[in-house]
Amino acid sequence: MSTIDKAAGGVGNFADDTVGASKIVNGFARKIFPDHWSFMLGEITLYSFVILLFTGTFLTFFYEPSAAHTVYNGDYAPLAGQGVSEAYASSLRISFDVRGGLIMRQVHHWAALIFVAATVVHMIRVFFTGAFRKPREINWVIGLVLALLAVFEGFTGYSLPDDLLSGTGIRIAQAIILSVPVVGSYISFFLFGGEYPGEDFIPRFFTIHILLLPAVMLGLIVVHLALVVIHKHTQYPGPGRTEDNVVGFPLFPVYMAKAGGFFFIVFGVIALIAGLVQINPIWAYGPYDPSPVTAGSQPDWYMGWLDGAVRITPGWWEFTLFGFTFSMNIFIPTTALILFVMAAGALYPWIEQAATGDRREHHLLDRPRNAPTRTGLGVMALTFYVLLWISGGNDVIAHMVGLSINDITRFMRVAVFVLPALAFVVTKRICLGLQRKDREKALHGRETGRIVRLPHGEFIEVHAPLSEAERWVLVQHDANRPMDVEDRLDAGNPNSLYGKVQRRLSRFYFEDRVEPVTPAELAAAHHGHDTEIESQEHASIEEKQGDAAIATSQKYHG
Amino acid sequence: MTRTLTALSARRRHPLAVVVLIALALVLVGGLYAAVAPRPAEASTATADADDLQAGKELFLANCATCHGLDAQGGEIVDGSGAGPSLIGVGAASVDFQVGTGRMPLQMSSAQAPEVPKIRFSQEQIDQMAAYIASLAPGPAIPGEDVLDMSDVTAQDVSRGAQIFRTNCAMCHNFAGKGGALTGGKYAPDLTGVEGKYIYEAMVTGPQSMPVFPNSTISPEDKTAIIAWLTQEEEFRPEPGGLPLGSLGPVSEGLLAWIAGIGLLVGCSVWLGMKSS
Repeated sequence: MSTIDKAAGGVGNFADDTVGASKIVNGFARKIFPDHWSFMLGEITLYSFVILLFTGTFLTFFYEPSAAHTVYNGDYAPLAGQGVSEAYASSLRISFDVRGGLIMRQVHHWAALIFVAATVVHMIRVFFTGAFRKPREINWVIGLVLALLAVFEGFTGYSLPDDLLSGTGIRIAQAIILSVPVVGSYISFFLFGGEYPGEDFIPRFFTIHILLLPAVMLGLIVVHLALVVIHKHTQYPGPGRTEDNVVGFPLFPVYMAKAGGFFFIVFGVIALIAGLVQINPIWAYGPYDPSPVTAGSQPDWYMGWLDGAVRITPGWWEFTLFGFTFSMNIFIPTTALILFVMAAGALYPWIEQAATGDRREHHLLDRPRNAPTRTGLGVMALTFYVLLWISGGNDVIAHMVGLSINDITRFMRVAVFVLPALAFVVTKRICLGLQRKDREKALHGRETGRIVRLPHGEFIEVHAPLSEAERWVLVQHDANRPMDVEDRLDAGNPNSLYGKVQRRLSRFYFEDRVEPVTPAELAAAHHGHDTEIESQEHASIEEKQGDAAIATSQKYHG
Repeated sequence: MTRTLTALSARRRHPLAVVVLIALALVLVGGLYAAVAPRPAEASTATADADDLQAGKELFLANCATCHGLDAQGGEIVDGSGAGPSLIGVGAASVDFQVGTGRMPLQMSSAQAPEVPKIRFSQEQIDQMAAYIASLAPGPAIPGEDVLDMSDVTAQDVSRGAQIFRTNCAMCHNFAGKGGALTGGKYAPDLTGVEGKYIYEAMVTGPQSMPVFPNSTISPEDKTAIIAWLTQEEEFRPEPGGLPLGSLGPVSEGLLAWIAGIGLLVGCSVWLGMKSS
């Protein structure tokens, strides 16, 4: 035994004796994770968060969280001799004088944009594949809270450099706070320590940004990941994958290597963008001063949808009652909208549970087409979000494409209600169409494009039979039917209010549906094929295998 | 005789003295006003020679009178839709700006006259038209080298110019002078690459939606400072950090984060996912 081996053994024994390392390592190392690219979207979020912690720590070494007045005497000529805040001066110092400061700032800011974007993409994946279903409802809610905190974290960070744009953003945030009925002005005075802007908000936002929110987020991320381990990871349907197993590779060594490598890919992409593309040029915006404002003042993208909602809300929603002004034109498209979206998102798993009446655990993911109403609702929500997002950039769009900003706003006021509804209908129809296509494929095989003329003159297209594995994916899913059609034990009492709502909901979800292929149908289809030339050579083998697949599927899901 | 003198001295004031006094006061106030009041920059009338005026008038009649009227009094087109404003008193600076940047003659009736790269007139012809318009009534003159000379601009000037720009101009033209949208399809144009002369003229004449910034609001030295900040970027305005994405703020940054950032990362995930299977 070499000295190195001895030393390693010593450390290993010590770790095992003191913290029970062997049990932990064994448990984790053998943990199996399924393999799919879409399962790595959450990793992008996690890794950008880690990058944010690293770069953020670097930035705190040089940032001065103070609104105290000073005179800028640094290298950037267009600001020479101007009165600025300590916070702004230190942000400029990071950008121009600290070695590597600018790249750190840019990595931090780009990582923030990508962090929130990856969060959204991850949420989209979880939603459309039904990964929020039992037992993962609470983890879905934790994820939603994390997304909201990420947005607040981003906003407080955006406010710290105290440049013109960030100050404008805080001013708007203060307006949003003020518009909250009754308590708005109290909250504003409490948060800003008096009249806006005051000198308190920079140190306060700093503490919130570097301590409070990251600590809460870190804690929630730990819970979020622990629940992934406890629940085991979901997997896409496929041969051999059931509700009771996880098919994939062990954490060690496969995922250690993969995840480690992917961390560096994420870091690499973010560093590449940060090295090539400028972000938040605070020197060009100038110091914050409540009087000027720049054209094209926008928040970072994740606040853009709320900005857009405010931009398209008519001003006459503001009214005065008993001598108090109620700024509903601000309150409804901001605070009320966030609360509504969060509530709808958080309740969704239970809403769908009521519609399906399904209380079973689900570890196999849905293919989005097999849940047409859910997929439709998701696309509807995304359309709504994207339209508000576009409205948030209405001035930039008007300027870039030469349209009238008034026309864009008027269009959006209608579109924001009409297009999401349209998107729902279209998406649902597309899903149902794809399901029919799947049925067709499962029953008759894949179209080959080969046209054959039969002896009696008839032309047919040759269909190649699917392999057993391919067919499994097309036929494995559950058939959800409205409760009126097929009463279930877990449905509510039809005479109670809840039961009525549940039935109506289930009709909305499952009235339009395409039934999955049954083994009988498959057998019938194959029997019919026996007379056709293309399947003659395969029929006997394929039929047996196909039936086996269907039978297994029914055993687990039927 | 003595009685008359005594009577005169007793009365002291001639009945017309009040009138004389008022006349004197008016002359004094008017004279002071004429001397002190902020005159539109060196209101220059008819310093050009008669030939230039004649040539300018002919150019005006051939190219501008359709909308602005035969005497530049403002026109009315038959259907009443495209009446041009009166040009009396707009000054040479206005003509030089509008024609020199191609905004006039107007291409088409739209929300706002766009800047056109192809100028139909030589600078001499523009000067002749400017001289003709300036001969009608005093107005802002074309700025001279004294305010446009950028050779002795200092960092302090640029800093002052940037500050004045942020307070007075950035709300429409954006922090970097990249322009922005106004109401009803109008816009504040991009100022990159615009000659200092035209920026100065725009400030003193207030073309289209732009307000006038007379010397009483922004002094000629401050105007020079603004122009220095806008045009001397190579010397005084470093843009570190890479591609500025049009200096449009977070909209273009968000777009890049989604398209390049998330696009590349999802691409990498798909690639890694393919590797395994």
